[in-house]
Amino acid sequence: MTRLEGHGKITIIMDENGNFADAYFQTVEFRGYEKFLAGLPIEEVPRTVSTICGVCRGVHHTAATKASDGVYGVEPTETAKKIRELFLNAHYVEDHAVILYALGLPDFVVGPEADPAERNLIGLVRRVGVDIAKEILKKRKCAVKIFELLGGKPIHPVAGLPGGWSKKIEENERQEIEKLAKELVELGQITLQIFEDVILKNEKYMELVTGDLYRTVLNYMGTVDDSERINYYDGVQKIVDTRGNEIGRFRGKEYLEYIAERVIPWSYMKFPYLKQLGWNDIRDGEGTSIYSVGPLPRLNVSEGMNTPLAQEHYEKMFEVLGEKPAHYILSFHWARAIELLNAAERVLELAQDESITNSDVRAELGEVTGEGVGILEAPRGTLIHHYKTDDRGIVEEANLIVATTHNNAAINLAIRNAAKKFVKNGEIDEKILNYVEMAFRPYDLCLACATHTLPGRMPIEIEVYDSEGMLYRRLRNF
Amino acid sequence: MMGEWEPNIIVIACNWCTYQAADLAGSLRYPYPTTVKIIRVPCSGRVEPEFIIETLRNADGVLIGGCHPGDCHYKEGNYKAARRFKLIQKMLVEMGIEPERVRLEWISGSEGLRFAEVMREFDAKIRELGPLRW
Amino acid sequence: MSKIKLAIYLSAGCAGCEMALVDLSEKLIDALENIEIVWWTPTVVDLKYKDLENLEDKSIDVALVDGAVRLSEQEHVIKILRQKTKVLVAFGACAAMGGVPGLANFHKREELLETAYINTWSTDNPDGVLPQTEYDVNGSKLTLPEFYGEVKALHQVVDVDYFIGGCPPHHDHVAVAVEAIIKGELPPKGSWITSGKSVCDSCRRNPAQKGEIRKPIEKVRRTIEGTPDEECLLQQGYLCLGPVTQGDCGGSCPQVNIPCRGCGGPVAGKDFGARAVGALASLMTDEAVDEMLEKIPSLGKFLYRYSLPVSLINRKK
Repeated sequence: MTRLEGHGKITIIMDENGNFADAYFQTVEFRGYEKFLAGLPIEEVPRTVSTICGVCRGVHHTAATKASDGVYGVEPTETAKKIRELFLNAHYVEDHAVILYALGLPDFVVGPEADPAERNLIGLVRRVGVDIAKEILKKRKCAVKIFELLGGKPIHPVAGLPGGWSKKIEENERQEIEKLAKELVELGQITLQIFEDVILKNEKYMELVTGDLYRTVLNYMGTVDDSERINYYDGVQKIVDTRGNEIGRFRGKEYLEYIAERVIPWSYMKFPYLKQLGWNDIRDGEGTSIYSVGPLPRLNVSEGMNTPLAQEHYEKMFEVLGEKPAHYILSFHWARAIELLNAAERVLELAQDESITNSDVRAELGEVTGEGVGILEAPRGTLIHHYKTDDRGIVEEANLIVATTHNNAAINLAIRNAAKKFVKNGEIDEKILNYVEMAFRPYDLCLACATHTLPGRMPIEIEVYDSEGMLYRRLRNF
Repeated sequence: MMGEWEPNIIVIACNWCTYQAADLAGSLRYPYPTTVKIIRVPCSGRVEPEFIIETLRNADGVLIGGCHPGDCHYKEGNYKAARRFKLIQKMLVEMGIEPERVRLEWISGSEGLRFAEVMREFDAKIRELGPLRW
Repeated sequence: MSKIKLAIYLSAGCAGCEMALVDLSEKLIDALENIEIVWWTPTVVDLKYKDLENLEDKSIDVALVDGAVRLSEQEHVIKILRQKTKVLVAFGACAAMGGVPGLANFHKREELLETAYINTWSTDNPDGVLPQTEYDVNGSKLTLPEFYGEVKALHQVVDVDYFIGGCPPHHDHVAVAVEAIIKGELPPKGSWITSGKSVCDSCRRNPAQKGEIRKPIEKVRRTIEGTPDEECLLQQGYLCLGPVTQGDCGGSCPQVNIPCRGCGGPVAGKDFGARAVGALASLMTDEAVDEMLEKIPSLGKFLYRYSLPVSLINRKK
């Protein structure tokens, strides 16, 4: 993985008439985790890679832990699997909540053309009222509590080990988690209610959601279980094409047969594409080899959700959007809200299962196989951690593909589509910054694993060049 | 520049043995290179790993001199020194430093001749390795 | 009393330290009675770099910087921030010590690039190109900033008044630090804001807490070997770095059966890895030392997990 930070940079190139010709989205730094993890014992990796991102640290921890199972040829105990899934789902609730309330929703609740100083969490609080805002924050904190209780530390967790988890859940802890989980389910319901009131009931917004400005036709990938329902912790990776036909499915190391990451000299972030379709440039529409991952793609590839309340919303969403796969990228936010409720329901289910307090949290390790792949669904999309070790389990090589990287081409395409509309006859509408931001937000919002700024507040610089290659205009939001 | 380079070698010597050996080498006029500078410490067990690393920021080689096993004035300082030395040398190698630049020797107070020999040999080795440049 | 003016800047970090601030929740809201956040960029408030430049010198009372320094842009912002701020705090392991990203200093920049863009298994790079700082696409130049070949901690770039350890600092410790800042009860300049206790001091497994004498370490165990009992992890051979690490976390890792790796920063001395070697070797038998060398082949990465950029020798020769 290319670990990036700093600000995002968008370069727009105009033709001789001053109309849009092309656009490029670049992220500007690189970190080198894949190299410097070499030499560490594999069990030290999960607690180390969580620092790839302080926002979605739990997914890196869990994916690396899954990969470490493979290195030791061990299947975690049932109890450990339940704990890991509980941990991951609690993480989903707090992460999805941050993304939705800090970024996704302000665009709508405050309005896409509002002053950026107002179009944020603080502006959102003003619109929905302080009491509701406090209630939401309090409920989100419940998820953070579960995360800390299980992970050992409130931000970067340490408890994942090959074959299991370092700590068992005591009965009193289970009861506490169950209590907290009920609050999370309520948070999911409140969130979908806000979504319904603010967006679904607003015709203008629905035009935006189901309009062509934010429609990118791509292939999609996500994890499904045996009954084709979404699963975040484990399952099989399913890929569908632009029309929803299955292209393939894979597990573990087979990802190398399906995904390749193209290096493009103008970007520190690579461009993954579907290997079987071959590299045919960064383009959307039928026949593209570009795919995207994340909440909407997950809903697109699956047949439904594994919890009852979320399932109702799943059905409703596709009914309203009128297509499956849905290519309307603003509905990532809708899918995200549905997933929040789903994860909350799942936390509750797992917490109500008393066998989760069993003490068999660590399985006996097998022989070192020397290789492990951990794939799971991070809130922002599929996350792949792949390690090769020596016969003692010491890391020799690593390969990481994070959600943001999978979506690199998709983000470029979404920005291109938005830029097309706002660069005309040498005139550049100032609103372009807002609308371009809205175009990349659905995919990651944070680019956190890539750029290290919290969701939505990513500093963006847009440079517009004329057909002679001269700088014509520079816009910045920082 | 390279032609003028002279090694900078630091010897951290235990007061009860290696330092006495250096003294004896002097009294008996056993020659050893002038590139060697000696720092006296009460015991090789006093040599913290930080001392070794700090020294290497400016020196081309470091030698810790302690009492033979069983002879430590403080009973087990030299055993502790040996354990630390093994670990620190390993870390230095990881930083790209040649292991020969860091050396641990047991030299007793009566071994003046050996002290001079070890110094000559160490000096030659460091010259062979060249300057430690950061 | 006028409010304390606070600025927060995320440099090359993961934003985990800022999450620790957010996790203060109600306490943060209470603290806002005494604190005015004048600049929190780029994470939370949409303010521009220009806004910082326009402030009077020394008009910010306290600035927290999280993350290490990797880009010229970051160094630039930090220097301005220094100029505008009375008390500058290196907040968390990356700013104070370089942090996990500092492990990159074990490798040359070229090695890092080659791994990411050529050697990784899923990479498709038919022409063997690396990202270019300047690249021509259909007549237009696309540029990328060059990143420093070396990760640095904050005080290697500007003068720093205080350090706070932790990856990230535990929110309870953040609350203590924020209170100390509000009350103006700060230690001498250049200090760590810490209880001064080690992880062992705050660990319930510590034999000293039970009036027992510590036994030598006779065997070395990786975390995967066996299941620890309720006694001291180090005594059982798990290489816990609690003795040399500041324990403002409350010893959270050992509480979940996981040994400390030193994110809190060194209890004393400059060089965490060297201090760790000193402490461990003193507690170990000869056999245990040999076992450690065999089991942990990259001792440097193991012991300098959070602190390589500030160690006495801080990058590969």
